[in-house]
Amino acid sequence: MFYSLKHGRQRHFAALLMSLFAAPAVFAGTNEATQTVTISNYAFAPNTLTIAAGSKVVWVNRDDDPHTVKSTTDDVLKSPALDTNDQFAFMFTKPGTYRYFCTLHPHMQGEIIVR
Amino acid sequence: MVSDDDTIFDKQRSDNPRQPAMAMARREALRCLAWSGVGVVWMMRGGVPRVFAASDPTLPAQIKRSDFVFAQISDSHIGFNKEANPDPGGTLQAALDQVRTIRPAFLLHTGDVSHLSKPEEFDTAAQLIGSTRLETHYVPGEHDVLNDDPNLFFKRFSPQAPQGWYSFDYRGVHFIALTNVLNFKAGGLGHLGAEQLRWLDDDLRDKSTSMPIVVFTHIPLWNVYADWGWATDDGEQALALLRRFGSVTILNGHIHQVIQKVEGNVVFHSAMSTAYPQPAPGKAAGPGPLKLSAEQLRSALGVSDISVAARKAALTIRDHTLDRPVTVTTDSFFDSIFAGD
Repeated sequence: MFYSLKHGRQRHFAALLMSLFAAPAVFAGTNEATQTVTISNYAFAPNTLTIAAGSKVVWVNRDDDPHTVKSTTDDVLKSPALDTNDQFAFMFTKPGTYRYFCTLHPHMQGEIIVR
Repeated sequence: MVSDDDTIFDKQRSDNPRQPAMAMARREALRCLAWSGVGVVWMMRGGVPRVFAASDPTLPAQIKRSDFVFAQISDSHIGFNKEANPDPGGTLQAALDQVRTIRPAFLLHTGDVSHLSKPEEFDTAAQLIGSTRLETHYVPGEHDVLNDDPNLFFKRFSPQAPQGWYSFDYRGVHFIALTNVLNFKAGGLGHLGAEQLRWLDDDLRDKSTSMPIVVFTHIPLWNVYADWGWATDDGEQALALLRRFGSVTILNGHIHQVIQKVEGNVVFHSAMSTAYPQPAPGKAAGPGPLKLSAEQLRSALGVSDISVAARKAALTIRDHTLDRPVTVTTDSFFDSIFAGD
């Protein structure tokens, strides 16, 4: 009884270890990388971010005021209002320059360059 | 006596044609106040300056009819729940208690009623403000039109003005509501737009230059601090339409602090928030909410009252913080005149 329980635990642990290593491997298969743009003090940082096609960008709002991420000339990027600590993610598949701004505070602007 | 005064007024105006007529009228009104010992009182009624003998038995009634007070609240941000103020409903309530003490003829709300444009935030604000039973005229802040459909705000808070701009008259003063938080462009500032400016031009066309004008909007029409977006990109076009008037008062919110500027006949005044203060222009890394202690917070929040004083053909703005009781002046008109003002 005791033996089988111990054995079971070991098996479980091994599976856990495998999943820990396996998960990032699977993730990397579809995602070159995930980059973060922090929204803080009413600015996007980094202001200009260069990434490889197939990368995901996550915007995280660290201000006590809501912000949005919206493409300057079209609706490719169009987030809902992000309250404090809310995130918005977008996968960039096509190369190009993606300019965006905050529709609440339009002086806040940034760009993603996809190569 | 009336005709004598009119003669002086006209002569001086013709001597200096570049001076706006109303500036002259105001100066004359002030000069007449200096004469108040000999019993002449100027008064604005329906935009028309009138002169009365202080001994006129109808004068107290005339003054009562001409003078009134209205109040402004702003930036109540119902739904905000961060450290800077976990209870904006409570501080809005405290502000409304002050409004009750002021007993204004009506209330203006200069936007950011809600924090995230949520129906339940609008509900709470409408319920609190409605409890004063005061007629309230609203303009939206950018926080009130976060969704794609700004009509959610307009339907509820200005159903008579589906595009957000409107005007009304009250006892000879013309009030104009402008909306400058829609259709923001990247890199831009507050924005009125060509259609609204055309409407403003039409609205003002038949108004006499002696009619006092009160404009209320959310973002400052003047450039307070463009780096933080505290300005309206086409605000100057609105001001150009307003400059011919002798008394223009422009009230706004958005920047959560009192800042005042006088430019010719135009008085600009930014009101405090009822929710949380923001830093002075450029005095912090960004314009985010200032975090103060609970006691300090109430000294940085408040309401404004605006007295329309007939004798000066001008408006007097007072700001009241939540940490001090509001003092109400009643019929101080005569007192100040006979004290020599």
